[in-house]
Amino acid sequence: MIPDLGKYAGAVLSSYAVSLALIVLLVALSLWRARRVRAELERVEQRSKRNG
Amino acid sequence: MSLWEYANPVKFIRTTDTVLPWVSWLALACLVVGLVWGFFFTPDDFRQGSTVKIIYLHVPSALMAINAWLMMLVTSLIWIVRRHHVSALAAKAAAPVGATMTVIALATGAIWGQPMWGTWWAWDPRLTSFLILFLFYLGYMALWSAIEDDDTAADLTSILCLVGSVFALLSRYAVNFWNQGLHQGASLSLDKEENVADVFYFPLLVCIAGFVLLFVALVFLRTQTEIRARRTRALLAREQRA
Repeated sequence: MIPDLGKYAGAVLSSYAVSLALIVLLVALSLWRARRVRAELERVEQRSKRNG
Repeated sequence: MSLWEYANPVKFIRTTDTVLPWVSWLALACLVVGLVWGFFFTPDDFRQGSTVKIIYLHVPSALMAINAWLMMLVTSLIWIVRRHHVSALAAKAAAPVGATMTVIALATGAIWGQPMWGTWWAWDPRLTSFLILFLFYLGYMALWSAIEDDDTAADLTSILCLVGSVFALLSRYAVNFWNQGLHQGASLSLDKEENVADVFYFPLLVCIAGFVLLFVALVFLRTQTEIRARRTRALLAREQRA
């Protein structure tokens, strides 16, 4: 399945591994922070409404 | 309808909530198609062998590293001139995305350079200006974190962004300005003679579309987060005053 990358296999595969890992990490951190901040805002807004 | 309507945080969140899933799925589709096409279905280059496959990550990430900073420049100028909070927060949201793109471009460039040039790094004009651009990204993010008051942070980071724009432009045009160093000229150009061969060009265009859409999706998501975080801080400050 993987094409024959010859003597440069290490360079090509490590480029893809590093890049995809960084992209996945960036997306995961962005989603995690988005959920956390949204939940915190809802909590604070509800508390503000309760306290008038 | 005016563009300035989106300076309203509620309007911005409502609109981007609708657009975000479409942009995200389209980004994923372009990335998968472009990278699979480039990795599995393109031939080796007659000079560079299979390392040419690194182009599908290196060129789009370098392009986004520079353009992310230019987007931050535009939104910073909007903040300075019109004082729209959403634009300042969009610049803040884009910085980690641009920094990640810069790291990918530097890392893939080093990995590609080692077998082709015989070195991981050279103090070549384009590489050096790219490294300085990365340091500007770090400085920009550090400055936002170091200042508590949002408006002061937006003012100071906007000025830093103006200064850093010199290096964003240099990293794009360094090869033309100095015409020296190891790095080649542009892989993509309006001049067809300068472009890479069609067999590499079309999957590369799909990958670039994927990186652009990924950037847009992440900036929308992260700007929404920054708007909500700012609102949370404002509500907490109001609670403390009461």
